[in-house]
Amino acid sequence: MTYTLEGSTGSWEVVVGLEVHAQVISQSKLFSGAATDFGSTPNTQVSFVDAAFPGMLPVLNEECVAQAVRTGLGIGAHINLMSRFDRKNYFYADLPSGYQISQFEHPIVGAGAIEIELADGSTKKIGVTRLHLEQDAGKSLHDQHSTKSYIDLNRCGVALMEIVSEPDMRSPEEAGAYLRKLRTVLRYLGTCDGNMEEGSMRADVNVSVRKHGEPFRTRCEVKNVNSIRFVQQAVEAEAKRQIEVWEGGGTVLQETRLYDPSRGETRSMRSKEDAHDYRYFPDPDLLPLVLDEAWVESLRAELPELPDAKRARFMREYGIPFYDSGVLVAEQVIADFYESVATGRDGKMAANWVIGDFFAGLNRTGHSIENSPVSAAALGRLLDLMADSTINGRIAKDVLEAMMDTGEDPASIIDARGLRQVTDTGAIDQAVDAVLAANPDKLAEYKAGKEKLFGFFVGQVMKAMAGKGNPALVNEALKNKLG
Amino acid sequence: MFSDLSIVEAASALRRRDFSARELTQAHVDAVAALNPRLNAFITETPELALARADAADAALAAGTAGPLAGIPLAIKDLFCTEGVRTTAASRILGNFIPPYESTVTANLLRDGAVFLGKANLDEFAMGSSNMTSAFGPVANPWQRAGSNAVLVPGGSSGGSAAAVAARIAMGATGTDTGGSIRQPAAFCGIAGIKPTYGRCSRWGIVAFASSLDQAGAFARTVGDCAVLLGSMAGFDAKDSTSVERPVPDYLAATKRGVRGLRIGVPREYRMEGMNPDVERLWQSGLQWLRDAGAEIVDVSLPHTKYGLATYYIVAPAEASSNLARYDGVRFGVRQDGVDLIDLYERTRAEGFGDEVKRRIMIGTYVLSAGYYDAYYLRAQKVRALILKDFSEAFARVDALLTPTAPTGAFAQGEKMDDPIAMYLNDVFTVPASMAGVPGMSVPAGLDHQGLPLGLQVIGRPFDEETVFAVSQVIEDAAGFSAVPQVRAGA
Repeated sequence: MTYTLEGSTGSWEVVVGLEVHAQVISQSKLFSGAATDFGSTPNTQVSFVDAAFPGMLPVLNEECVAQAVRTGLGIGAHINLMSRFDRKNYFYADLPSGYQISQFEHPIVGAGAIEIELADGSTKKIGVTRLHLEQDAGKSLHDQHSTKSYIDLNRCGVALMEIVSEPDMRSPEEAGAYLRKLRTVLRYLGTCDGNMEEGSMRADVNVSVRKHGEPFRTRCEVKNVNSIRFVQQAVEAEAKRQIEVWEGGGTVLQETRLYDPSRGETRSMRSKEDAHDYRYFPDPDLLPLVLDEAWVESLRAELPELPDAKRARFMREYGIPFYDSGVLVAEQVIADFYESVATGRDGKMAANWVIGDFFAGLNRTGHSIENSPVSAAALGRLLDLMADSTINGRIAKDVLEAMMDTGEDPASIIDARGLRQVTDTGAIDQAVDAVLAANPDKLAEYKAGKEKLFGFFVGQVMKAMAGKGNPALVNEALKNKLG
Repeated sequence: MFSDLSIVEAASALRRRDFSARELTQAHVDAVAALNPRLNAFITETPELALARADAADAALAAGTAGPLAGIPLAIKDLFCTEGVRTTAASRILGNFIPPYESTVTANLLRDGAVFLGKANLDEFAMGSSNMTSAFGPVANPWQRAGSNAVLVPGGSSGGSAAAVAARIAMGATGTDTGGSIRQPAAFCGIAGIKPTYGRCSRWGIVAFASSLDQAGAFARTVGDCAVLLGSMAGFDAKDSTSVERPVPDYLAATKRGVRGLRIGVPREYRMEGMNPDVERLWQSGLQWLRDAGAEIVDVSLPHTKYGLATYYIVAPAEASSNLARYDGVRFGVRQDGVDLIDLYERTRAEGFGDEVKRRIMIGTYVLSAGYYDAYYLRAQKVRALILKDFSEAFARVDALLTPTAPTGAFAQGEKMDDPIAMYLNDVFTVPASMAGVPGMSVPAGLDHQGLPLGLQVIGRPFDEETVFAVSQVIEDAAGFSAVPQVRAGA
């Protein structure tokens, strides 16, 4: 099922490559000791190095290097034991030194791949060309004063990983799936929080279009798109624009563009002619970065289980289907939650309850899994109370709702509200008799052959017992009476 | 009374309480006040701070806790950031910048008790060989040609430091050397100056010119004093990734080693067509002194010497063009407002930088530009590797090299100003060692026919400053250089 866009000259294929800037999780900045907390008072996390005071020198933060290596290992990429930092020179008010320290020629991580899953259940490998470390710039605030711009250097010097994909994506869906999967992997690794709203993950989207079987045509780069939805929209909008240009007899020019979500269109930011000449050269303040292979291997040995591996294990160990396991591994916290519910219990049932009523309850009460009022242990105890027939499934749904609302333990809710399942056959028989007596017409119909009414009687009995009847015993009693 | 004391002698005298640190500093403070109007060696004088430090030194001397440089008055090149004291790099663009931090090298000197008299003049951002490019005016060399009142340059870029030490208004001084900025002014002013191995002294807190070449070093009137100063300044610094983690040896002890059994190389490529006969004669004398002291003189070849200057004037401006981008008027220094950000940059930098700095920023920007990078910067780096290989091969055969420091003695202010290439040629003998990162020292060894001092340069293996000091000491002893400049304290 190939995604194409229809133009006046026929169908067009879309080609997408992504450059993702992922802010590294680290206590301090890439080349200075300043802190990296998001949302602090402007200019309170700035060292003299960050502000590029005279005579200040960068010192590489080893933890940022480890994070980049972990990420490279997490996407199965080649780790370059020798890499180098270069200066990318340009003037801007939020770039104090007048250059960004980046890795141009020799990145720390080489080729790798990310497997994405599409709506139709198919999977596809997207190549990763490289990953390199670089500094983030500060922030320019142009809306604080009528004639002045304000500069906040808190972000200046924070470590970024630029992760460059091959032009392997062919639809907005694939671009979205790639970003989601990359974000999942980064979060599993603990190397980036993937928070696109806070800007800790941003994407530059390279888009071109072509007719089937053609080589690549000229691409345009849509800069700094800050949500997965906007990335998908930008791909489509930019592809449509390019198709119009080509079909109108024009030529798509290589340029940098911006996506305007309110208009759903991209617009030109600067052409290739106006492109900066960044005058890259090796940063003479830093030595080449040489990694010890044993150190890389020790990082590899400490890597957490990653989503693909975890998913395969969940399917194998808990017998849950492909789709469900995908939902459960999408986030580490969900997977951990699920796994502690499932351990020692029926894994399929645990999956159904986590994905079904538990997620619905979080949604209803506006909680996230991190601050869920129902712990994995409590949900597990609820499942145990079903398994030992203390309550039935119908009641369990109510109990879970109550747990969501009150945060109380399932057993105390069951006791307090008298929800314990009735297994007393005498009481069940009594209820069956009463229901049959109250519905002589239905009974007659049933006896005349309308066997579908069995379910009606079950429902009436359960209702009479306030839902607490043991379903198997109710069925059995009814069968006997209706014989 | 104090003007002919060495640092080593003064340190002993202070410990004997022959005089106090306050007396020693007061004498130098007075000498600065008297002579600086004529020399312009200092951009900023800090007499009160100096006297306060001297009093602290006296207290430490009395308590027996004094460091090796306690009470020794020094001039600090105004490229070193000094906490609470204006630091200009001899440029208008830094305005009244007062660093809230102390450079590692000056902090080391303060740790050892040194007294800072003030901030010494230099070529703007250390770019120059004459101290003529300073935004605070040129420095006068304390020396004059026999029978002439022409004001001569002290050399550069550390011209203020060299002039201050030569004129006896400071006992020693810090300098920085990127292509010869310590060695050439030392030679022009008739004093000793050492540029150690790249990585020996921390660059942290020194205003950067060309990061892969910049190296701090010391000026003094004797080789031994340079050894004492460098021993204090040097050492590993985690804040400078290019500083090297090696113990700092006892350099003063090394000055007493002699040269018996050492092999001293004479690089044949330094023997230039049309060489100044005074310089040539002095070079031969130097070799003879070393031979007499038991060294073996060996001819060696540094075949890529002739590319040294050309590659230097690609690499250094390239790095400078990037290092000086931070002087944009946004965070510190002088700002010239503009209609927009680009206009602000252009006005600030046009106003703030002098011609030589602008010239080098333009050269550097050009050689790093797309399409020119491979032809200039990349090729220069390859040639630089060949220059380093030249030295490595020579040092496989010899322990040190002896060359002239500069092609001539000091020239007059205003000379060579309209010809940047002629100016750049001043560094022809000093640049190759800078490109290779190896240590080099200039020792005053004699006078030319005009009565101006000339220096000989000793170049050593990486991190073998000890041999450099040993060889330099033998030259100093043999040369018996006792001439003094016309302008000096106590004259």
